[in-house]
Amino acid sequence: MFLQRATVLLIVLGFTLFAFVMAGPRAGLLVLVGLGFGLVLEGLRFGFAGPWRMIVTDRDGRGLLAQLIAIALVAVVAFPLMAGSGGELVPAHAPVGIGMILGAFVFGAAMQLVMGCGSGTLVNAGSGNLVGLIALAGFIAGSFVGTLHLGWWSSLGSLPVISAQGSFGETGGLVLTLAGLAIVAVIAFLRSAPGKRIPPRRLWIAAVLIAALALANLVIAGQPWGIVYGLGLWGAKIAQAGGADLASTAFWAAEGNATRLAESILTDVTSLTNIGLLIGAFAVMRWRADPGAQTQALTLASYGAVLLAALVLGYSARMAFGCNVGAFFSGISTGSLHGWVWLVAAFAGSILGIKLRPVLLRPRISGGAYA
Amino acid sequence: MSARISRPVTGFLALALITAILALDLGQSGAPDLFTAPPAFAFGSGAAPEGAHCTGG
Repeated sequence: MFLQRATVLLIVLGFTLFAFVMAGPRAGLLVLVGLGFGLVLEGLRFGFAGPWRMIVTDRDGRGLLAQLIAIALVAVVAFPLMAGSGGELVPAHAPVGIGMILGAFVFGAAMQLVMGCGSGTLVNAGSGNLVGLIALAGFIAGSFVGTLHLGWWSSLGSLPVISAQGSFGETGGLVLTLAGLAIVAVIAFLRSAPGKRIPPRRLWIAAVLIAALALANLVIAGQPWGIVYGLGLWGAKIAQAGGADLASTAFWAAEGNATRLAESILTDVTSLTNIGLLIGAFAVMRWRADPGAQTQALTLASYGAVLLAALVLGYSARMAFGCNVGAFFSGISTGSLHGWVWLVAAFAGSILGIKLRPVLLRPRISGGAYA
Repeated sequence: MSARISRPVTGFLALALITAILALDLGQSGAPDLFTAPPAFAFGSGAAPEGAHCTGG
């Protein structure tokens, strides 16, 4: 046990030091923020896809309420912080469009099939979940392919970027955002069964910690927490190593993206937090005396369905300008209208995904569908 | 593809995947130039952030 935990500490400290030495203090700090996310998400079982399923299937709104609390806490601090930063801190704003809405809907469905969203896929893979590891490979590939078609999806039509603070001022925008979150919270509360309405202490602590880490991400990186960009970049790096000429693609030829592609992923904000998050989840799993049982064995066809759904998950996250983290959590907490539209579309998709799940995921032992 | 692959083994496979991507990346792009590394905190740096985000096109 001592050796096991010493190995965990060596991996955690080793990679943090590696990032610090190789890419500077900001990289080291962002790895620490990512580690924090992984420790909290896995250690305190704070998730996104699971609670969205629970409120539908079990009338249990506690996890969703915890998400809303975390988002509200971030918004209360982030709005004035961004307003007074003189452009040093930027929000997660994106346009609402046809491709974006369709992407969010499909993402919602796919995340119920792979049993994890953007952050959930990383947490699941790091914590030793086989479905999560397969999903991570698919997500990386899908989010990269999504970058190749993003221009086409955006050309289907979209509104200009609309934000709460842009429309109603800093204070008005924050009040509107908090009011919106309160309305969703009331709906979730009323939908939930008695006894499943108030988050337990564990989720309150997790919500506060996640909010604190998201704010640390904003202050250190200058931008809100995100997941998908980093995974798409990893896919692009692999494709480039395989001989793909990405300089001829609109997305990767664009100034900022070309820079990210040319430079090491150790200089990419979301890559650093993603890696930290995965290692953090791994650390929690290895720290425990009992790492827990592996996920239920599926049929080969079901594993294929997971891989395909993960490809779609990554692709649709790119279409939707982010996943549950970049679009929903960070979008809403920094005032983007697209975060709210993402929530509605993805939740509708999630309901479809819950229905598809027992059809597409079959356990290897006959006699039932995947729970 | 078996359920007999334990959680620790799967977790190590995930770390191996990340390590492989990092090795591939460093082989392609080389190590970052520390002399152009940004300050530790964007807030208070006086510079606009240069990082890319999921919400960017």
